[in-house]
Amino acid sequence: MALLEVRNVTRRFAEFTAVDNVTLSVKAGEFFTLLGPSGCGKTTLLRMIAGFDLPDGGQILLNGDDLAARPPEARPVRTVFQNYALFPHMTVQANVAFPLKMAKTPAGEIPAKVAEALDGVRLSGFASRFPHELSGGQRQRVAIARALVTHPTLLLLDEPLAALDAKLREEMQIELINLQKNVGITFVYVTHDQTEALALSHRIAVMNKGKVEQVDEPDRLYGFPKTRFVADFIGTCNLLTGPVADAGNGMLTIDVKDLGPVKVATSAAVTPGPEGAVALRPEKVRLHPPGTQTTADNRYTGIVTGFLYQGDVTVYMVRSALGHPLEALLANSASGLAKFFEVGDPVELSWPADAGHFLAG
Amino acid sequence: MPTRPKGGWGKWLVSGPPLLYLLVFFAIPSLIMVLASFRTPGEFGGLAPLRDADGALDLNLESYTRFFEDAIYAQIFLKSFWFALLTTLICLVLAYPLAALIARSDRRHRDLLLLLVILPFWSNFLIRVYAWMIILGPSAALARVVNGVLAMFGHEPVSLLFSAFAVLVCLVYVHLPFMVLPLYANLEKHDQALLDAAQDLGANAWQRFWRITFPLSLPGVYAGSALVFIPAFGIFAIPDILGGPDDSLIGNVIKQQFLETRDWPFGSVLSIVLTVCALGIAGLAAWVGRHSVARLVEADA
Repeated sequence: MALLEVRNVTRRFAEFTAVDNVTLSVKAGEFFTLLGPSGCGKTTLLRMIAGFDLPDGGQILLNGDDLAARPPEARPVRTVFQNYALFPHMTVQANVAFPLKMAKTPAGEIPAKVAEALDGVRLSGFASRFPHELSGGQRQRVAIARALVTHPTLLLLDEPLAALDAKLREEMQIELINLQKNVGITFVYVTHDQTEALALSHRIAVMNKGKVEQVDEPDRLYGFPKTRFVADFIGTCNLLTGPVADAGNGMLTIDVKDLGPVKVATSAAVTPGPEGAVALRPEKVRLHPPGTQTTADNRYTGIVTGFLYQGDVTVYMVRSALGHPLEALLANSASGLAKFFEVGDPVELSWPADAGHFLAG
Repeated sequence: MPTRPKGGWGKWLVSGPPLLYLLVFFAIPSLIMVLASFRTPGEFGGLAPLRDADGALDLNLESYTRFFEDAIYAQIFLKSFWFALLTTLICLVLAYPLAALIARSDRRHRDLLLLLVILPFWSNFLIRVYAWMIILGPSAALARVVNGVLAMFGHEPVSLLFSAFAVLVCLVYVHLPFMVLPLYANLEKHDQALLDAAQDLGANAWQRFWRITFPLSLPGVYAGSALVFIPAFGIFAIPDILGGPDDSLIGNVIKQQFLETRDWPFGSVLSIVLTVCALGIAGLAAWVGRHSVARLVEADA
């Protein structure tokens, strides 16, 4: 049975529907992420799970109990806030002891539990510091220790790494994964950063305009996006749209304007006629000098219009002969194939039919 | 990197005028008063010549001796202290919820409420004190109601005016804005996320106030208390106008020494003692305050 169930939850503010009929279920022990651009309703949903906001419709159940009537202080749910919200007048020790005191833990047991929680986030020895004496990453870890010290059923994290710099963020991501594995507590994580979501989560719910677009495991979400929004939001994507010209034997042909017919393998039952799209990741597109590649389902010529050298990879912007823009990503490790192209070079683009992913509508 | 002139002419240009003002109108008069406290009162008031008939410097400790020999002055000081303390506590109890309410109101109401708090300053202080003579007067509704209730229980009617009660009510009334404003300034800056976090961690409304809001508001509490206590300690106009003959405070005695008895040296001694007491109490309060915060923190650990 699911640990957390969100059933048809809706939240409206004046003329704006922040969360629109959302249904989700999170399993015990899962690292679950709500991912979406700002304003997609992910934080509102998180606040409703924490109890700071109430749904206008629908139910939120934890272990089968409806949480509606319980204020935040009475829910076995803890939140790690975006800006940590450490109490500035209390030491690290007192901050972490706070929820234990609120839970009427016998005074004798508090020091050991605080020490254990601080140890869990590698902050032993910082107990007598005040929050203003800590770095951003250390504050973040105090906030996590404080939230975990009472062993809540569910931990909510609201963009907890957003305020950290890139390097530290990566370190904290690894720490969060390990921490979640060690404590075994269910995490519901909110972020707008798709790489962070892909790196951390067991499952991700992609939200857009208050609705859930797709719930899936990271690799499924990246490889098999169900909607154009998901395809575009997770990573970068060439979206090739046009009417379905031919279908049969698990193979579709889509007539893409300014490019030509594009073949794509699919298991979906599609009949020719309606509009469709092919989501094609730039790293699936092969780029080579004209005439060197002989067999591929899809072959087009084009001209390099620009490139971004990123060290490990180079992203090439290519315009097809008929004028359709495409992005191709070449790993710079494959020295044989990945010859550098210059702006203006004629190139050949190719990819097999199973490289793309068909999106209906 | 842009360089900054090292000489700091700009610094003196900016801080010079206020420093000069304080020197001329605060430091020098205080020094004059200290000097006056060691001199002899003049025959017809004021000060006797600095040098006596023989040309010797006429400086003595007589006024100080008089202060310490007569217990009445220490008693008046103590009474003034209690009045000021009581005023401060009542102001704090009344101002805190008001300041919190203003700090939590939305922008539009907040400005209006702040305006209402400072509105009394638009009319003269003495006029406002005299207004209390009417409010507390024997023919006013308040006195009638009070005496009506007392009569039901068989008590003699009382006079609200010219009493310690009247003095205290007006002291609180006059000083309340000085408590509200620093408290508001402090509470307005509080981060709602801290209260959310406390609630999330299991704290109920009272615990959120007592463990988060109140300790974080202590700087505002101290600032407001100092702004109320110090002027209330030396006030003379309110007991003069609203108090009875037994309600004189130390401010009245000082005023009396300068304007009626015209014993400037003794008035100076009382003023100096008042200043030293006020400074001492403010310093003590700050020290106790710092340590009570530290204790609060430790108690939480």
